Amino acid sequence: MLKTFPVGGVHPPENKFSAGKAIETLPLPKTVTIPAGQHIGAPTQVLVKKGDTVKVGQIIAKASGFVSANIHSSVSGTVAKVDEIFDSSGYRKPSIVINVEGDEWMEDIDTSDTLIKDIKLSQNDIVKKVSEMGIVGLGGATFPTHVKLSIPDGKKAEYLIINAVECEPYLTADHQLMMEKGEEIMVGVSILMKAINVSKAIIGIENNKPNAIQHLTSLAGKYQGIKVEALKVQYPQGGEKQLIKALINREVPSGGLPLDVNCVVQNVGTAFAVYEAIQKNKPLIERIVSVTGKSVSKPSNFKARIGVSADMLIEAAGGLPSDTGKVVNGGPMMGKALGRTDVPVTKGTSGILIFKEEEASRKTIQPCIRCAKCVSVCPMGLEPYLLMTVAQKGNFERVETERAMDCIECGSCSYTCPSTRPLLDYIRLGKFEVGKMIRARNQR
Amino acid sequence: MSNQLLKVSLSPHVHSGNSVHKEMYGVIYAMIPALLVSFIFFGLGAVRVTLIAVASAVVFEYLIQKYLIKGSNTIVDGSAVITGILLAFNVPSNLPCWIIIIGSLVSIGVAKMSFGGLGQNPFNPALVGRVFMLISFPVQMTSWPKPSFMNFSLVDAETAATPLAIVKEGIKNGESLTDLMSQIPTWTQMFIGEMGGSMGEISAIALLLGGLYMIWKKIITWHIPVSMLGTMVLFSGALYLVSPEQFVNPLFHLLTGGALLGAIFMATDMVTSPMTKTGMLIYGIGIGFITIAIRVFGAYPEGVSFAILVMNAFVPLINTYFKPKRFGEVKKNG
Repeated sequence: MLKTFPVGGVHPPENKFSAGKAIETLPLPKTVTIPAGQHIGAPTQVLVKKGDTVKVGQIIAKASGFVSANIHSSVSGTVAKVDEIFDSSGYRKPSIVINVEGDEWMEDIDTSDTLIKDIKLSQNDIVKKVSEMGIVGLGGATFPTHVKLSIPDGKKAEYLIINAVECEPYLTADHQLMMEKGEEIMVGVSILMKAINVSKAIIGIENNKPNAIQHLTSLAGKYQGIKVEALKVQYPQGGEKQLIKALINREVPSGGLPLDVNCVVQNVGTAFAVYEAIQKNKPLIERIVSVTGKSVSKPSNFKARIGVSADMLIEAAGGLPSDTGKVVNGGPMMGKALGRTDVPVTKGTSGILIFKEEEASRKTIQPCIRCAKCVSVCPMGLEPYLLMTVAQKGNFERVETERAMDCIECGSCSYTCPSTRPLLDYIRLGKFEVGKMIRARNQR
Repeated sequence: MSNQLLKVSLSPHVHSGNSVHKEMYGVIYAMIPALLVSFIFFGLGAVRVTLIAVASAVVFEYLIQKYLIKGSNTIVDGSAVITGILLAFNVPSNLPCWIIIIGSLVSIGVAKMSFGGLGQNPFNPALVGRVFMLISFPVQMTSWPKPSFMNFSLVDAETAATPLAIVKEGIKNGESLTDLMSQIPTWTQMFIGEMGGSMGEISAIALLLGGLYMIWKKIITWHIPVSMLGTMVLFSGALYLVSPEQFVNPLFHLLTGGALLGAIFMATDMVTSPMTKTGMLIYGIGIGFITIAIRVFGAYPEGVSFAILVMNAFVPLINTYFKPKRFGEVKKNG
């Protein structure tokens, strides 16, 4: 029997329309808008000003602090302005707008397709370079990768876990990347193993991608210590706590990190970005984005430069369908709805998902019939119905003791609720208030 | 960018398509086999009771919702229909109309709507109605027509005691259990449903079919029925092993009275049962234990209704003290 996590989970229709579509490189845009903050952590310090000329791969914003990530120009041209511009969050954020002129890359970047297997850098140099190159987790959370690779004193990593689950319905970016860049991913995984000094890596892939499992398994034989594991299709298996539990049956303690059970989890797309950074000297300036949806005429996987407008990707996939009701940045379960489509693609954009008008609205909220489905699908063993009730009443002490901070916001509860109650909305409200309480406590 | 206005909401952006309506109609479909068996054995009387119970339940809910609560119309969700059918399942097929209507008013008005309607009631509405009728009209509620296969006359002259009542009365009058067991229907008759009793409780096979359907459709889980029936078997089995001359065997307890109807359709009522798997097991064990205790040692021959209502009262406590196993729970003083 295939492995999976034991508690909770749902299986939404997969709808992977863009599966098997070869990765297309988008033509160069006229301008790009590169937000100065694209990661979780401290904002960056912008290094360029209006009128500066930049090359592809040139650093344009510097990390400020350890948990932060450099940002590089994804195009060559002239900086048109540094201003606050709407990004995918719907807020204005400091951004660098560059008018594209030509396509001139930094000289030290290797733009060839040649596979380089030999890892020359030492453990410390790898982590340093990953940090320089602005690599962040590409699964969507955009946590700076070098932070995860810096093992604190007293901790030890035993396993590197590669998240190639892509459990979100619709999305296929990781799947297609595995099919086209399998060798590079394997080298990337080997680099990550060296960076955290482990001898074992497991790549977890859900069983709805048999060709990727087969392809990577055949490649893994040539690389020391890498194992590919097929997993039963079950959402949210891509949650790192669920993935670790599924693969090696260890439970990350409440409030803890994967390192507490001697694991480091990285996304498969991140492994590829690490390969390019270390072996090719290439900063994180482009990523794979699935553009998909039931009405999209040409569901596709694009290689897009960071900062191109989502509009451009939607056009390339056949344009915004006339029956569009909602556009989501990311997957249907955890993605964020966009208020407008002229926002830039960032390091965290794994997909652009277009919903039809009739799929876009929520249904009327009915009274809770206490069917307990939310409790049985919660992968963290929480009671969503209860968290919603106590959050609604403003009893945030109870929200905390009922373990709301363990919630990974996977949305399985809201997905399954027959009364279409906004369970996760209220749990988020509860977490927000509990977060404030905890910060106030810590200050005292 | 196009001029189209986009909808914005928090994730998740997709929904399973489950609805209250689907859940409720799933339960109604599951009740069809038992309903058909009651029509077959109790004829038009059963049809009459069902129609009156369902119609009055729906009408009472509609009127209370419209004129007292002044809320939106909730009839379409199907929960009042379920209460109506379950009420019919819990009474003899020759019960006078006016008693059914009073029972229905107690079920919907007192047990459900006075608490705020769907999802708010602590006690199973159909059972509250049944127990009210049982206490108020004990004679009418315990004179069961004799089952007769495919007899569609409206007047059932003959009555037949339920197997549970036969045994209870017999033991009280000092008859030997062996004699009593010869007076009750055969195991096959009990399994199919050819015995005296409330309309919906007689046929084990029809109820089991409905239960399997609901488990398959994920409307209920196995926890409550299995723990309740399992406890009944263990408890009555232990008594039977101690003294087979004094106590009837466990299979008799499973097939008679409201055991299966209670385990499959009444105890599993989602509104009035616990929210966690452990809680469901505790709840089921409690019902099974109290049922046998009442049947064997109590004044009434049947105890399922009381047992479920008693355990309904414990549900808030069970929900407070039996939490799901939290992921990554950190052991204290570990």
